[in-house]
Amino acid sequence: MKLKTVIFICLLLLATISVSAQEGAEIVPETDTTEQMPPPAPISLLTAVDTDNDNGHSVTLTWELSPDDRQGAKSVMSYEIFRWVPLMRDTVEQVRSELANTGQELEVGDPTGEIKEKRNRLRDEYEGLLSRYSDAYGQYPNNGVWKSVGVSPSGSTTFADKGSKEREAFDYLPDYCDFYYQVFAVTSDAGIRTGSEIFGPVHSYGQWFNTGRIPIFVAVLFFSFLTIYFVQRAKKGDDLYVRPLAGIEAVDDAIGRATEMGKPILYVLGLGTASDVATIASFTILGRVAKKVAEYQTALIVPTYDPIVMTVAQEVVKSAYIDAGRPDDFKEDTVHFVTQSQFAYVAAVNGTMLRELPATNIYMGKFFAESLLLAETGAVAGSIQIAGTDEIAQIPFFIVACDYTLIGEELYAASAYLGREPVLLGSLKAQDWAKAALVILGIAGLVAANLGWTDFTDLFHVIN
Amino acid sequence: MKRQIPFVLVFIFGAFMVFQYFIPHESSEWVYEFLLDWIIIIGIFALALGIWSLLRVSLDKIKNKKENYIYSYLILFGLFGEIIFGFTAFNGNGESWGFYLPFVACALLAIIMIIHTIISTGKKTTFAALAGVFILLSVLISIFDNSWSFHFSSAEGVQNPMFRSFFDHILIPVLSTMFALLAFFIASAAYRAFRARNLLATLLLVAALIVMMRFNPWVAVIYGDYGAKLSNWLMNVPNLAAQRAIVIGIGLGIVATALKIILGIERGYMGKG
Amino acid sequence: MNVFEKLMKLDRRWVFLFLIIVCVFAYVVDFNVPIMVEPESQKIYDFIDNLEPGSIVLIAIDYDPNNMAELHPMTYAVVEHCWRKHVKVIFTALSQNGPGMADQAIRDISDSLMVDQTYNGVEFKGREIINGVDYCFLGYKPYYALVILGMGQNFRLPFPSDYYGSPLDSLPMMRGVSNYNDIDIVVDLSGGNITDAWISYGQSRFNFPLALGLTGVMTAQYYPYLGSGQVMGIMGGLLGAAQYEEMAENPGLAKDGMRVQLGAHVVIILFIIMGNIGLLIERRRHKKEGGI
Repeated sequence: MKLKTVIFICLLLLATISVSAQEGAEIVPETDTTEQMPPPAPISLLTAVDTDNDNGHSVTLTWELSPDDRQGAKSVMSYEIFRWVPLMRDTVEQVRSELANTGQELEVGDPTGEIKEKRNRLRDEYEGLLSRYSDAYGQYPNNGVWKSVGVSPSGSTTFADKGSKEREAFDYLPDYCDFYYQVFAVTSDAGIRTGSEIFGPVHSYGQWFNTGRIPIFVAVLFFSFLTIYFVQRAKKGDDLYVRPLAGIEAVDDAIGRATEMGKPILYVLGLGTASDVATIASFTILGRVAKKVAEYQTALIVPTYDPIVMTVAQEVVKSAYIDAGRPDDFKEDTVHFVTQSQFAYVAAVNGTMLRELPATNIYMGKFFAESLLLAETGAVAGSIQIAGTDEIAQIPFFIVACDYTLIGEELYAASAYLGREPVLLGSLKAQDWAKAALVILGIAGLVAANLGWTDFTDLFHVIN
Repeated sequence: MKRQIPFVLVFIFGAFMVFQYFIPHESSEWVYEFLLDWIIIIGIFALALGIWSLLRVSLDKIKNKKENYIYSYLILFGLFGEIIFGFTAFNGNGESWGFYLPFVACALLAIIMIIHTIISTGKKTTFAALAGVFILLSVLISIFDNSWSFHFSSAEGVQNPMFRSFFDHILIPVLSTMFALLAFFIASAAYRAFRARNLLATLLLVAALIVMMRFNPWVAVIYGDYGAKLSNWLMNVPNLAAQRAIVIGIGLGIVATALKIILGIERGYMGKG
Repeated sequence: MNVFEKLMKLDRRWVFLFLIIVCVFAYVVDFNVPIMVEPESQKIYDFIDNLEPGSIVLIAIDYDPNNMAELHPMTYAVVEHCWRKHVKVIFTALSQNGPGMADQAIRDISDSLMVDQTYNGVEFKGREIINGVDYCFLGYKPYYALVILGMGQNFRLPFPSDYYGSPLDSLPMMRGVSNYNDIDIVVDLSGGNITDAWISYGQSRFNFPLALGLTGVMTAQYYPYLGSGQVMGIMGGLLGAAQYEEMAENPGLAKDGMRVQLGAHVVIILFIIMGNIGLLIERRRHKKEGGI
């Protein structure tokens, strides 16, 4: 029995030793492989140039892939990009951070004025440091360290070292300083990496013309030329035919109808701001309508959504009354502000429609979800309705519920139609020619793209 | 001369904005950002003008006792009430709001009395005296009541339960109701518009039905992938082509209008025909 | 006047009445609406689902209470999905009443995340959502186009402090987060023209992935951007929100609302068909009368 126990214990011991030996045997080769992983081959032909077509503060690096990226040992997982920065940068960062802190402290309160004083002192110090930045970068390779500025995945051959233009930002990258770069090919073990040759010096600076936008520039010049050309021709007395627009011709009749009925005209400028071209076009139409209204002595109601639009519209209506020779009839409340809340505005305008029962409702400008609510209520109130908008999604609603609708660009053309002034009609002609040119270019592009004429299609490629 | 200055300004800034698009340099960006800041500044001043205009229209209605003038009081209550709620918050001292509600009532009454002092033809002194009393009361409450306080430069006011309640329980339901009306109007508009009166209208009707069916989950399950494909084709090919045509026209129209404004050809936006 | 003539000239108030009856009925009676997920919503869900914990999503709450019926469910579905996956969220609200909407959504979703739940077979432990750690609410600033441009440089330019008044640098999740480069995706939930600004001033200039959640009416207008690659996915109206809920296995407001929307939809289609039957029969009758 004892013998059996001894043998059993011996066997157990043996088994344990063999297992630990096996474990050891498994570990050793693994350790060996890790230790033996050779450093990857470095990248080659590193170049750095100022990033094109920007405001500066950015340098673009390009390189040839490491031979171990996707080929060879395939051990390269990423590329880490380093820029040489002067030691002074730590001081700059410290002062910047203190400056930012004082900004936040100021927001909390500064009863003694102490923080403001400290902030001014720090700002002076910061500006002083920044003015010496260029010299500090020029001291390369003394008094500086290499700092990682980003990582690019394997397979990539470019990297943009883009900093902020804000002098007080933590990633501010000064222009016209000597920058030096080095790119490391990094393996899965971040410790095993190989650096490239150092490239530098390179400067970043802003450009005065964005060459990526040349196609747009040419198009703008071409269109401006067309407009000026046709306006000149119109001034010389050439007869320019434009097709009639029913919606515009209805405006005069609608004002007449309102006068006959003794009811007001409601003019809605939409939800656009004064910088939207649709609203600007609407101002022009409002001017014409207001002039007619002043002549016929009909009432006009213009509820507005945006305070700037209200101010401009007041001026437009006032001028129209003066032009019509009836400045005394103008009341400032004709154009009034309602609210900047979309549906509260709708509620107010719909209320006006149902109370005042205007003979004519004119909707010109930018409209959104409220278009149908306005137009349907106007239809219920029995008003003649004329609408015009460049918001494509709302055009169907207006077409359904209004008597006349100006579609898209017709809104911009309306002022030219209303006045029938040759100078304005000239610009409409220019638009037609530009459209013809676009159709021809579109067809040419279609053919070129299908035949693979990339030289032609590239002419129209815009880089933002 | 007075008329010429705005046109000169429009030309200078308009032309600058055109060229700025092609100049990425920092100096051009600086001027651009400076001008954008001005839009905000002008907007804020114009907002004051807007509120003044709203006040004038409302006061005019109250003064002349026009139809439904009672609603103008509601506008004034909403305007001033929300301003008071938005600038006041609970301090956390004690458990109750103390005399907060009496303060709000006094402040609002003071405003109404001031308004009546301005617009009424007789009894001006009575209204002025009442306004003085209510102002005094609200000042006294705000000095001696420590359970709440004013916050003009920080955002504590947005946590005011009154401010939130007005938003959650009045504004949200009212505005949602307004939007919900759209469903009814769409139903009635669709009923009237989608009729097969002629060939084009029939095409519109058929296309609309196909697209509508596709968004109906029951029908979508029945005609599955084909319906979705057909409807997507309608949306992405004929619909998109027509939309792009309109968009190109709009784009050219915008450039032409902008050009006319910059060159001073179009002057209607300043009331000059 | 025969029945078809009456049908042709049906007063709009009858349409309204019938619609409200059906809507109330669909709201009260519980029935299942099948949802077919579309690729444009699927892309958004997949993108967010594949984000690593700790990633940052910017959710722009650009709608007012009037659009909440369609867009609030999207906010709930997307934000809950993000927080369950420990993805951090930066909220902005660039429409006037947007801050109230965002504030309400944050409060509600934070509450619902306190309980354990299972989504797509994965159990998520309930946890507390902390301001500054899980989310940062930047709030509202007027002139959205300028704000969107400003955030492209640094979030601190338009928003030095968050909606609640804390400086951005004092919030743990905002440290080192300066502009769009530091976030993974922008999801714009909008009921108005702020979407145009996100596309032209935001995505085109700063080149971040942009997903849209739009009201049903707006959706068709933004399909071209999907084709051009400027927008990576679109959730259209209540149906889009319901699809997101379906993918996240988290039925909520949208799936409830789909019953009502479906009811209204059927009513509109029925009325269109009825109107056309009336028109056809009337026309035939007129032809016959003309023939006699």
